[in-house]
Amino acid sequence: MYRYSEFDKDFVNHRVRQFRQQVERRIDGSLTEDEFKPLRLMNGLYLQLHAYMLRVAIPYGTLSSRQMRQLAWIADRWDKGYGHFTTRQNIQYNWPKLRDVPDILDALADVEMHAIQTSGNCVRNITADHFAGAAADEILDPRPTAELLRQWSTDHPEFAYLPRKFKIAITGSPADRAVTKAHDIGLRLLRNEVGEIGYEVVVGGGLGRTPMIGKVIREFLPEQDLLPYVESILQVYNALGRRDNKYKARVKITVHEHGIDTIRNLVEERFKVQRKQFGGADQQMLCEIKAAFTEPNYINASTEAFNLTLSSDLTFRAFVETNLHPHKNPDYSIVTISLKAHGETPGDATSQQMRVVANLAEQFGHDELRVSHEQNLILPHVHKKDIPEVYFALRKVGLATANVGLVSDIIACPGMDYCSLATARSIPIAQQIATRMDELKLEHDIGPLKIKISGCINACGHHHVGHIGILGLDRAGVENYQITIGGDGTETARLGDRAGPGLSVDELIPALERVVDTYLQIRKDKSETFLETYLRIGMEPFKEALYPEGNRPTRRRHAAL
Amino acid sequence: MSRPFTPKILTANHLLEGDVIYLTSRGEWTQDLREAWLIEDEMEANTALENAQLHQDKLVEPYLADAVADAGKRPAPSHFREAFRARGPSNYRHGKQEHY
Amino acid sequence: MTTIVNDNGFSLDDWGPEILDWSSVDTSAIDPGVAIDVPNTLESEDLASILDQVALIRIPFPTHVDGRGFTLARRLRLLGYKGRLRAFGHILADQYAKARRCGFDEVEIHDELAKRQPESQWSLGDDWRRLDYQERLRHQWC
Repeated sequence: MYRYSEFDKDFVNHRVRQFRQQVERRIDGSLTEDEFKPLRLMNGLYLQLHAYMLRVAIPYGTLSSRQMRQLAWIADRWDKGYGHFTTRQNIQYNWPKLRDVPDILDALADVEMHAIQTSGNCVRNITADHFAGAAADEILDPRPTAELLRQWSTDHPEFAYLPRKFKIAITGSPADRAVTKAHDIGLRLLRNEVGEIGYEVVVGGGLGRTPMIGKVIREFLPEQDLLPYVESILQVYNALGRRDNKYKARVKITVHEHGIDTIRNLVEERFKVQRKQFGGADQQMLCEIKAAFTEPNYINASTEAFNLTLSSDLTFRAFVETNLHPHKNPDYSIVTISLKAHGETPGDATSQQMRVVANLAEQFGHDELRVSHEQNLILPHVHKKDIPEVYFALRKVGLATANVGLVSDIIACPGMDYCSLATARSIPIAQQIATRMDELKLEHDIGPLKIKISGCINACGHHHVGHIGILGLDRAGVENYQITIGGDGTETARLGDRAGPGLSVDELIPALERVVDTYLQIRKDKSETFLETYLRIGMEPFKEALYPEGNRPTRRRHAAL
Repeated sequence: MSRPFTPKILTANHLLEGDVIYLTSRGEWTQDLREAWLIEDEMEANTALENAQLHQDKLVEPYLADAVADAGKRPAPSHFREAFRARGPSNYRHGKQEHY
Repeated sequence: MTTIVNDNGFSLDDWGPEILDWSSVDTSAIDPGVAIDVPNTLESEDLASILDQVALIRIPFPTHVDGRGFTLARRLRLLGYKGRLRAFGHILADQYAKARRCGFDEVEIHDELAKRQPESQWSLGDDWRRLDYQERLRHQWC
């Protein structure tokens, strides 16, 4: 894992001191709320519905056990004993007090963590494949690039006041687990025909009010050109991006309005100049960063214990079927820890659970942890012989739910239970769906089915790329939920299709149950997933399931969103 | 913009604590919606808002929210967002649920 | 009234001559030593041909969250502008380091802001150079 240099440490400590002063200057009136707001946001501090919320970055989703323990300690010391893992590899604390926040940031700095640029109209926390460095299908580890981009984007003087937020995600595998095509910039590490390392660069993806799949702006960008090229994209965006309407301010709209070819030409033009700004120090830094991301010292041992438990314990078998992923070392597995126990809040972990996970990472996982955009935790390197023990330890604290990738492994934004932007609640919907699906005992039969719920059009819950997407809206003072079907956030990314009019809370769960039943009836066989069935047959049967004859909500014309 | 005026409460978040607060008829701030001043006069509502906007040192983003009088003539939210703000999140009893 | 902020602290504006509005500037017949107010939406290339004759360029910051001026300043420096570069408007003490790093020499703020955010709140002198990731990543490697 990358460890902070003296420079990184000084920077983060300095930043905390600066924020402590900014808080005091807000209180003494030197800064108005309008002036303070972008400064606090750039330090991860929101003011939500009931309280402040601090969003802490987990850069490229990588954590050590020591860091996880500190997150637990912070939850107990300054919050309500839990944390919420988000869809962008962050953790959120929902109840901090303004004057405590600098102390929390100090506690984070003590373990080489921070909340810098987790909000604000700047380059946000760089996210990466949560199986980075471990997945069997990986071509190159994306984390060194992500760390280089973290350093480059941190406090970048030109890009702290962009038209809107700017999100970058990176993957090093052909299977896209980082939703790169729904980011402002998506990077895919690859090798060209002569074996050189480079990136496919995608720009202008994003969800929100106007969802777009990103477009390829460069098919192969040599590794050493990354920073000047990304900087050129940001320059073009900062100058050209719209500032008259915040709903049209993201780079996806800039790309859409000007066309990808115009944007490409402008970027290439700037790139000629920007390239001369980088004299090789960035590549030297990348070399040093790469050296920090070494493979673990793999254990050589028999996997007998794993096979024994697998044949003797049915619940363990279910866990293995859903929560394990192939590791590049065949004696190892990647273990996903579901934060989606049926009926619980997606993405939440108590401080006790965090400590158990930290201990397991230390004892059985080469001291590494990951956080996924799907709001789960991951032990990336576990020798198969240790998996039974890990499983039984997780089970004791409610963390062994065998549902990863299944219908109850739901992404949900905080929604109107916490978020001041939300138009409806998400969490209770996720809780009800998961509880119902668990009662039906069908989810292992249903197989891969990703439900994603957002509590407003900003789409933090990625509903557009859910196999089933749910969007909570306020329709004339009542919570109302719109369904999309057929979204896909992977390398075959596509936006879901809107099924029809929205449903009330009471109509929603039975309607979803009918959709799932319909799939079970019409799929070719068990190997055809929900998404494949939808792509083969289309909306019609699902529409009928959602709005059965005689039970169709009256169609109303909605005001344009 | 000639919609008839409907009763309002004046609400904001506390600068230091972050929590939801309401203006009372005595000009103080309370955390309990039921102690809030149900403002039935448009002029009074606007004056109260302008006053609150001058008190940036104590509160953040004051605004007027629709409210109605409940059976006991105390203010109650007329929209679910304000109901959640008054009560707290629905997944944990971390808000003010014990009051309701 | 306005206050000038540079590395030496607060001062009054020492620039005497008129600052021309960009819309009134004829780039084919320009007086050397001229000062120009440019909009933050300007294409930097429009200025390229006259940069060596301009003595002062002032770029507006209509609000503290409009960062176009940062990119324009950097572009002008990359195009070779050596004259005085001034940021004008709503720039916070907290943004001074960014302004300097993008190539501004100084910042011009209204007195109301100068009063609310006195000299002691600005990271003047050499302070703005400290702890700069960009500087680390950009220099020549030998």
